[in-house]
Amino acid sequence: MTRRPPSYRAGQSDRQGGFFRHIAGVLTLVCLIIGSKSTVAAVITVQPGGAIQTLSEALLLAMPGDTVHVESGTYIESNLRVVKPLALIGNGWPVVDAAGRGPIFEVTAANVVISGFELRGVPVSFVKEHAAILLSETENCDIRDNRFVDNFFAVYLAHSKRCRIIRNSIVGSATELTSAGNGVHMWYCRDIAVQDNQIHGQRDGIYLEFVTHSTISGNDSSDNLRYGLHFMFSDSCRYEKNRFARNGAGVAVMYTSQVDMLENTFEDSWGGASYGLLLKDIRDSRVLGNVITRNSVGIYLEGSDRIVIEANQFHANGWAIKIMANCVGSKVTGNDFIDNSFQVATNSRQSFSEFDGNYWSTYHGYDLDRDGFGDMPYRPVSLYSLIVESEPATMVLIRSLLVDLLNLAERIMPTLTPEALADTKPRMKPIS
Amino acid sequence: MRLSLHIGWYAIRDVARNRWGLLYTAFFLVVTVGLFQLQAQSAKVAVSLMSICLFLIPLVSSLFGTIYFYNSREFVELVLTQPVNRRTVYFGMFCGLGASLVAGFILGVGLPYLFFMTISQEQLLSLLLLLAVGSFLTVIFLAISFLLATILDDRGKGLAAILGVWLFTALVYDGLVMLATMAFSDYPLETPLLIAVVTNPIDLARVTLLVQTDWAALMGYTGAVFNRFFGTSLGVSIAVVALCLWIVTPVLIGLRQFRHKDL
Amino acid sequence: MIEISNLHKRFSKFVALHDVSLSIKRGSVTGIIGPNGSGKSTLIKCLLGLVNPTSGTITINGSVLDGACDYRQSIGYVPQIARFPQDLTGNEIIDIVKGLRKEPATLERELVERFDLRHELAKRTRALSGGTRQKLSMVLAGMYDPELLILDEPTAGLDPVSNIRLKQFIADHRDQKRTVLVTTHIMSDLDEMADEVVIIIDGRIRFAGPIRELKLQTGELRLEVAVARLLEREAA
Repeated sequence: MTRRPPSYRAGQSDRQGGFFRHIAGVLTLVCLIIGSKSTVAAVITVQPGGAIQTLSEALLLAMPGDTVHVESGTYIESNLRVVKPLALIGNGWPVVDAAGRGPIFEVTAANVVISGFELRGVPVSFVKEHAAILLSETENCDIRDNRFVDNFFAVYLAHSKRCRIIRNSIVGSATELTSAGNGVHMWYCRDIAVQDNQIHGQRDGIYLEFVTHSTISGNDSSDNLRYGLHFMFSDSCRYEKNRFARNGAGVAVMYTSQVDMLENTFEDSWGGASYGLLLKDIRDSRVLGNVITRNSVGIYLEGSDRIVIEANQFHANGWAIKIMANCVGSKVTGNDFIDNSFQVATNSRQSFSEFDGNYWSTYHGYDLDRDGFGDMPYRPVSLYSLIVESEPATMVLIRSLLVDLLNLAERIMPTLTPEALADTKPRMKPIS
Repeated sequence: MRLSLHIGWYAIRDVARNRWGLLYTAFFLVVTVGLFQLQAQSAKVAVSLMSICLFLIPLVSSLFGTIYFYNSREFVELVLTQPVNRRTVYFGMFCGLGASLVAGFILGVGLPYLFFMTISQEQLLSLLLLLAVGSFLTVIFLAISFLLATILDDRGKGLAAILGVWLFTALVYDGLVMLATMAFSDYPLETPLLIAVVTNPIDLARVTLLVQTDWAALMGYTGAVFNRFFGTSLGVSIAVVALCLWIVTPVLIGLRQFRHKDL
Repeated sequence: MIEISNLHKRFSKFVALHDVSLSIKRGSVTGIIGPNGSGKSTLIKCLLGLVNPTSGTITINGSVLDGACDYRQSIGYVPQIARFPQDLTGNEIIDIVKGLRKEPATLERELVERFDLRHELAKRTRALSGGTRQKLSMVLAGMYDPELLILDEPTAGLDPVSNIRLKQFIADHRDQKRTVLVTTHIMSDLDEMADEVVIIIDGRIRFAGPIRELKLQTGELRLEVAVARLLEREAA
């Protein structure tokens, strides 16, 4: 699952023109000096039938700090190296089509802006991770308001920091995991903001590995083959107000600590290995205010410690929460559990987590002292959920009279369900 | 057919004025209104209603059918001394009573929905599915009760038999299925289980309704046959065919028995 | 009118009719008598097609009973107990029967008038007295002017007024040269109404013929006594 780092390094493949490169380097330096002295940066316009007709030409001519305007038209170009700080602005959605020949932009300079383009046609490769835009060993770049259509990878960040990926639309047409790339792929990055993007039809919508202090917010990552968000070894990150829907396997957050997951929507992840949110080997993280609806499993926790799950809404999931016994010290408080087929399932009679003050739509207790909390504890793990756990095929009997009676009997005389796993203060009314 | 409808029409009029017929409607009305009063969320109402329907429709409709059949013995005699054949009479009574009970159920459950809430399209669909499946169940158990009442002349035996059938299909059958699943857990069980479900009308109705309420959970079970059954229209098609068979078979056997029955 | 030959009916172990052969003439009034459980109801139900004979044949009005239903067009039937769907009105009951037939109910109005039923028919049958329900029964049986009228224990539990009306009803049919078949265990009734008598005991016919003949055979004037004599003689 872990991807190798890409072996891109600016100019390395350009072996022939060492001399010219040297000259170019000097020129660039001169330009930089001039550019920094003159207050107005030049504007270069690329236009079909104009003086400059290709982006590669423009990139060669442009001085650092220049703005390159690209007028609408179709440009069949690939392997465009951006080695100077430039603003590349498309007017009227110019199309840059790699036509299956390779990546499009490879940015190695800092302070680059790419905006207003439609980028398409970056081919699937089993050797290289071709991307429509690669940001490598750079910082402070903006990729905003672009359309990515049918690319292998759309935006790929490696060893970069302080970049912003904003309001892009990324639409892939991946059908097989092996030949699909990710929408926004980050590797060894920090301080990245991925904001308000639409990402569909890729392998993973957003992928983070060894990324820290980054924020993923306001994105809609849906209908991707594997995970809407795939999150590994990425401490101290935050993702909020995103929507993840109908992804093959939901959202996975693994091997990480200090992640804030706030106010996201997790919807419609169906399947035997599909989760609204999969938490595996996570520590000291918070899951707050999310809406988790119609997933086979709302949140799956395995080997995860000290997770705070609070003020979320679990609605119409197969299992709202599946929590394995190797999770310690988690708190599930103040959530709404409504109309889930199974509220909580676990694989042990023991529980090392705390359930408190949640609303359970299946709670039938009473509140004589009128403090808003039921007077009897609620045990969200039903006998039937244990049966299904050991014999999944008995699922066909769900909501039968037999199951109701079994659960009722177990509720009256608990013998098999985890005794410690109980909500001592179940709410009488949903919070939201 | 025209004569059957004629007889059916008068059976409908009879039930429509009958205390028990009205009670049947009132019962669903009260239950549904009660659920709406008790529970704020309509989704929850739908789930509770589903359990109640699966539990009570078979019971009530089969008891009703049995009692009605025994009570209309004189009426049957009256009609049969006219120049009509027995098939017409049996079928007519079945249709009339079936239509009455289905109408009672639909009114009882449907009216509160219309009254208490503005229905979204999704809810309307799930309500329609509930009404459709409930109607199927009503008619299926009516057909079974007519058959049993035809075979068993003794009223007490007939009632006992139909209660037995209800208890078996509503509870015992599922218990056996669960035990079998545990006993044979080492074997591939998907297909036999689906067959088992289709063979019991209550299970069949339940499973058809599950698509609305518990699809997420059903999809969480990894099994190719299972997923194809519930995930595609294949399952629905099989379910509809099986539900129809559950009506047609007892009716046909009942007709045969009734033709040769001494009244 | 009716030809019955070698009719057997067995209910599981119990033999209800044993080799019954009988011929009933057109235009006669025949009483079938016998104790309770003797098989007379079974015999009538066989004629009506409500009970399927184990063996033997029945011919009514020229057609052999084989499960077809058309022959019942010429039969009017007054059951032992007049019971109807309780929540339908008398009019609706009449409509049911009319809906099942193609021909017009020629005598409907006349019978309703004669029994003074007009106002009663708008009520649900559960609100009608036993006597009124029997009137309704007679309307249903007679309104198609049937060639064959069958009555099963019609006098059982009737008040005197109803009783007289019933006898008049039968007499009218006789006057119209219709065939009437009536079962009863009250023999005094038959004395007034019937020409012919059939005595069935334990599923066998003990006597079939004109009442006159029975009285002659036994030398008794009252039918009741004549039957008793006959039975004594059989037993001896």
